Amino acid sequence: MTQRNRLTGGLVDQSNPLNFSFDGKIYQGYVGDTLASALLANGVRLMGRSFKYHRPRGVVTAGSEEPNALVELRSGGRQEPNTRATTAELYGGLDANSQNRWPSLKHDMMAINDRFSNFLTAGFYYKTFMWPKAFWEKIYEPIIRKAAGLGSLTGAADPDLYDKGFLHCDLLIVGAGPAGLMAAVTAGRAGAQVILADEDFRMGGRLNSETHQVGGMPGADWAARVVAELAAMGNVRLMARSTVFGAYDHGVYGVLERVADHIAIPPAGKPRQILWRIYSKRAILCAGATERSIAFENNDRPGVMMAGAVRAYANRWAATPDQNIAIFTNNDDGHRTAADLIAKGVNVPAVIDIRPDAPKVEGTELLTGAQVIGSKGRLGLTDVSVRLASGEIRRISCGALAVSGGWNPNVHLTCHQRGRPTWNEGLAAFVPGNSLPMGMSVAGAALGDLSTHGALKGGADAAVSALADLGITASRLVLPEAEDAPIRLTPFWHVSGTGRAWLDLQNDVTVKDVKLAHQENFVSVEHLKRYTTLGMATDQGKTSNMGALAVMAEMTGKSIPETGTTIFRPPYTPVSMGALAGRSVGKEFHPTRLTPSHHWAVEQGAEFVEVGNWLRAQWFPRKGETHWRESVDREVTQTRNSVGICDVTTLGKIDVQGADAAEFLNKIYANAFAKLPVGKVRYGLMLREDGIAADDGTAARLAEDHFVVTTTTANAVTVYRNMEFARQCLWPDLDVQLISTTEAWAQYAVAGPNARKLLQKIVDADFDLANDAFPFMACGEITVCGGTRARLFRISFSGELAYEIAVPTRYGDAMIRALMAAGEEFDAVPYGTEALGVMRIEKGHAAGNELNGTTTALNLGLDRMVSGKKDFIGAVLSKRDGMNTDDALCLVGIRPVDAKDRVPAGGHLMAISGPVDAAHDQGYVTSAAYSPTLNSAIGLAFVKGGGERMGERLRLVNPLEGIGTLVEIVSAHFVDPEGEKLRG
Amino acid sequence: MDKLTALTPLGARSARVDNIGALEIREVVDQAMVSVAARLGQVDLTKETTTAKLGLVLPDVGQSTVAPPFAAFWMGPDQWMVSAAHNAHELLAAEVKSALGSVVSVVEQTDGWCRFDVSGETVCDLFERLCNAPVRQMAPGAVTRSSVEHVGAFVWRLNAENIAVIAPRSSAKSLHHALIAATTSIA
Repeated sequence: MTQRNRLTGGLVDQSNPLNFSFDGKIYQGYVGDTLASALLANGVRLMGRSFKYHRPRGVVTAGSEEPNALVELRSGGRQEPNTRATTAELYGGLDANSQNRWPSLKHDMMAINDRFSNFLTAGFYYKTFMWPKAFWEKIYEPIIRKAAGLGSLTGAADPDLYDKGFLHCDLLIVGAGPAGLMAAVTAGRAGAQVILADEDFRMGGRLNSETHQVGGMPGADWAARVVAELAAMGNVRLMARSTVFGAYDHGVYGVLERVADHIAIPPAGKPRQILWRIYSKRAILCAGATERSIAFENNDRPGVMMAGAVRAYANRWAATPDQNIAIFTNNDDGHRTAADLIAKGVNVPAVIDIRPDAPKVEGTELLTGAQVIGSKGRLGLTDVSVRLASGEIRRISCGALAVSGGWNPNVHLTCHQRGRPTWNEGLAAFVPGNSLPMGMSVAGAALGDLSTHGALKGGADAAVSALADLGITASRLVLPEAEDAPIRLTPFWHVSGTGRAWLDLQNDVTVKDVKLAHQENFVSVEHLKRYTTLGMATDQGKTSNMGALAVMAEMTGKSIPETGTTIFRPPYTPVSMGALAGRSVGKEFHPTRLTPSHHWAVEQGAEFVEVGNWLRAQWFPRKGETHWRESVDREVTQTRNSVGICDVTTLGKIDVQGADAAEFLNKIYANAFAKLPVGKVRYGLMLREDGIAADDGTAARLAEDHFVVTTTTANAVTVYRNMEFARQCLWPDLDVQLISTTEAWAQYAVAGPNARKLLQKIVDADFDLANDAFPFMACGEITVCGGTRARLFRISFSGELAYEIAVPTRYGDAMIRALMAAGEEFDAVPYGTEALGVMRIEKGHAAGNELNGTTTALNLGLDRMVSGKKDFIGAVLSKRDGMNTDDALCLVGIRPVDAKDRVPAGGHLMAISGPVDAAHDQGYVTSAAYSPTLNSAIGLAFVKGGGERMGERLRLVNPLEGIGTLVEIVSAHFVDPEGEKLRG
Repeated sequence: MDKLTALTPLGARSARVDNIGALEIREVVDQAMVSVAARLGQVDLTKETTTAKLGLVLPDVGQSTVAPPFAAFWMGPDQWMVSAAHNAHELLAAEVKSALGSVVSVVEQTDGWCRFDVSGETVCDLFERLCNAPVRQMAPGAVTRSSVEHVGAFVWRLNAENIAVIAPRSSAKSLHHALIAATTSIA
C-alpha cells in the first residue's frame, strides 16, 4: 500500500518503515508516526463512529485532546479500548481496530440512530424510558448501553505488569514545549533537582509542529539541542511519554509514564506503565493550549479537523488528510496552516475567514467575511458550502477543512484544587486564575502567552522565580530569537443554521442540544453537562466545552465568564486501572502476614482464613474428613478430652514499661491493675471515651515496672495507637514507654486436661508447673527445650486447663514441632480458628462479635469489672443515662429446644407468639456454633434483661431465611461454668 | 527435648540472597535488636550513659550511628533501635539493660523484624519504586519510617549503594516479593 498522502520531510524516519494493521488491513508507516498520522498518510480519514448517532468520524486533532479517533489497540488480554489514535505511537505489528460499529466501520447498522436524531436529542432517555419502571434496569439500560458506547474489553486477564513509584524534586515542569524547555534549562543550569515531564514521546511541544525558527534554527532542532543538554545533566530527569494527570495537595502530582505502550509486548518482568507520585517543592505548568473549533452544520465529517493539527501532521509527521485542504478561521493562526500546507505542496483552494479585515495570504484565495455553512461527503468530506460576504453561496471542493476558532490555554491542572480560571478578553479564552495549587506557577501558552518568544520568556522567568522561592539563584539566560506575533482574533463560536452543528464530537452534543437544555432550564453549566453529556468521557470536553459555554451564554444573555466553567478534576487524560493497581494485584493485593507456624501448618494441609492481613490456620483436615465440621468437631473434642495446640501469635502484644506503668494501665483499663502482683496476669476491659466496650485482653506483670498487654487480633493496632495517644497527649507526665512486640514472640495456646503434662516435657526442669507453683493466671519468664528463652502465661480462652507459651519468633516453627512431638503420647491436635471460636462460645467468652461497638460492660455481663474507685478512659460516660437500665441487653447463651435446629448468628429474638417486628425485638444472636461437647447448636445472644430470664423460651427469627426456631435462654457458660477445669 | 532451631523470616534455615541485574538483595538474620527508650526526663542521662557504657552516641532524628559492635538508629521521640551481631549478642536486651540501668526501658525487638539489605548502583532507582522516602536526598546514615508496598518499614541508607529495609517479620514474604518484582522492573 502506498502512502499516498505522505509528504516529504517531517520528523518521521522515512527510511525506517513499519507495518501495522487497522481493521484487519495492513498499512505502512514510519518510525516517529502515530497511528493517526500513519492512517492519514495512507489516505484513511474514516477512523471511528460517533457515540450516539454512529456517524462516520475521522481524526480531528493531533494530541491527547482527541475526541473522535478512538480505537482498540492490540488483542486478547492486551486489548485496550478507547485509545486515541493521535497518541498511539506506531510500532511494527501494531494491531488496531475501530470500535462502536457493526458489522464494519464503513457499513455500520447502528447508523440508523442518525435517522432518528430528532427523537434522540439531549435527555431523550430521561424522558422516554420512564415506564414501566422495572424495565429500566433489565431492558432499557442494557439496550442503550449496547447501542451507544465506546470500546470493549475482551474479558481476558491483562498479562502485563504495571508499576508505581515516587519521585522528589525541587522543580517539576509539566510540559516540554518552548516554555517548559526554557524553564528546565534555566533550572537545570542552576543546579536544582528538576523533573521535566511531557505526554509526547518527542519533547518540544509545538516547536516540533511549526516551521518557526528559534535561535536561528528550526524550532524542532532547537528543542532537540536543549533536550540533549538536559539529558546530560545529572540533576535533571526527563520523562517523555509521561502525562501529569493530577495536581494534589502539598505539591504532589500524579504522573502516568507509558513505558512500553510503544512496543508490542513489554520485556519479561518489565512494566507497561508506571504510575508516579511526584513530590515537588515547586511546579511550573507549561501545558500549552488546545485549539478550538467553529461549529457549523455537519462539521463532524471525516476530514474536518483543527487547523493546528493539520499543520502538525504536515510539518511533524509529513502527512496530510488530503491533497486539497480549505481553511476556515477567525484568527491569524489559521493562516499559518495555509502557508505551511502550500509550502509542503498541498493545494489550499481557499482560506475562509470570518473577519472582513483578515490579512492577505499568499498562494490561495482569501474569502473574507465568509462562513462555512455546510459540508458534504458520506464517509469523508468532499466539499464545503461557503456563504460569502456578499451572501452568495459557493461550494468548494476539498477533502479536508482545517478549522481554527482560537486557542484555549490548558488550565486544567491549575483548577484541580477548586481553583477557577479567569476570562481573558484578548484571547477570548479562560486563563489561570489566582488560586493556583500551592507551589504552582504557569508559563507559556498555558498562561495565555501564545507566541514562541512569550513562551520562552515566560518559562525562563517562572523558573527563576520558583527557584528564588527555594533559595536557589538561577541566572537569566539569553533568550533565543523567536517569533512574537500578536494575537489577532475575532471571537466566533458557531455558524447560525438549522441543521446540526456539532460541539462535542465525542458525546454527539450539538448546538441544538445546548439550546434545548436552555429551553428546559438546564442553564447552569453543571446541569448543562449532566443533561447533554457534554464534556464527559475520555476527552473531558477539551475541544468542546468552550463552544458550548459560548452558546449557553448567548442563550442566557450572559457573558461567557458569567456563565462559568464546570469543575476540572483529575485525571487530565485517562489512566488505566492496571496502572492504578500497580503491583498490588492478585494475591499481592495486600501484604500477607504469616504466623510462625505457617510453614508447618501448610505441611499439615491446613485450611487458611484471612484475619486482617494475617493468614491463620482455620482447621486442620485429616484424611477421610469430607466436611469442615468433622475437622472442627474433632479438634474441639480432642482438646477438651486431652490437649490441643493453637497458634495465637496474632493477638496484639504491647510492652509497657516505666515507673508509672501500673498507674497508666489503671487509666487505660476499666478494671484495676495497680495492685496486680508481679508474676500474675489479669483479664482487662478497655472502654472507649463514650463508655462503650472497646477491646479486651490480658495484662501480665513481669516486673514492678514492666507489663505485657495483649489485645484482640483485630484491634492490635488500634489499641496500641490509642495507648500511645494516651501516653503522649493525655498523661505526658507519667513515666511510661510503649512498644509493640506482637511479631517478636511466637505464642501458642496449649489447652486441655493434658496441657500441663505436655508442657512439662518442653519446659526446662528448673521451672515447676505444678498447680500450686504456677496457678491459674500466673505468668513468668522461663526456658524451654534446653535453654531457649520463653514466656509462659496460664490463661485460658477455651475454658480448659490452658497455657500460652511464647518463644522468640525465629524458634516458632521449631516450637510447634516440639509441642506436637511432645504431645504425641496424648494424641495432641493442632486446632485452628474455627475450633478456637467454638470453644470460646462454649465457654461464653466475648469476642469481636460481642465487642461490636454498641455494647457496654453491662451488656457483656462485665459490669462488676468497671471500677467505681478510679478514673479511667470511659469512666464518666459509662455512667450516662441509658447505659445502665434494668432491661439492658445482657449476654446470655441460647440453645434450640429441639437439638436438631440450627442457630443462625444475626437472628433476632421475639416472644413465642406475637408480632415479628422491631418494636417487639427482645435481642439478637451475636455468635453461634455447633457444639460437639453438647451435641447441639448453641449461641451467644444479647437479650433484654437476659440475666433474669434463664430458662425462658423465645423465638429466634430470621425472616429473610424463613427461620423461626424455638430457643431457650441459658447461661453463656455452657462448659464448666464454675471454672474448675481452668483452675485444675 | 532437642534444642530449638531457628528459621529465617522467609522460613528457611539460612538467609536468602537474590542477585537481579546490578542489585543484590540480602536477607539479614544476624542482627540482634532492642528498642531503647529514655525514661521520663532521662533523655540526656540516657545519651550520656549510652556513650559512656556502650561507646555509642545515640543519633538525632532521622539519623543513625555506628560504634562497633553496636549500631543505633532513631525510631521515635526519645527512642532508638540498637543492634549488634546476633551470634555474639543474642541476649542484647539484657546486656543493654544491664549497662544502662533504670534510666531506660529496653525491649527485645530481634524477632519482631525482618531486614533486607539491598546493594548496587541502582539502589535508589529501586527504592523510588517501593516507597515515598526521598532516598536520593538521604545521606549515608539517614533513616526514615516509610511504607514499602503497604508495609510499615524503616528505610536506612547505609551508604551510597546500600539501603536496608527493616519491616515487620510476619510480612517478610510480601516484602521480599515486592523487592524482587520492583528489582526485576528496573533491572
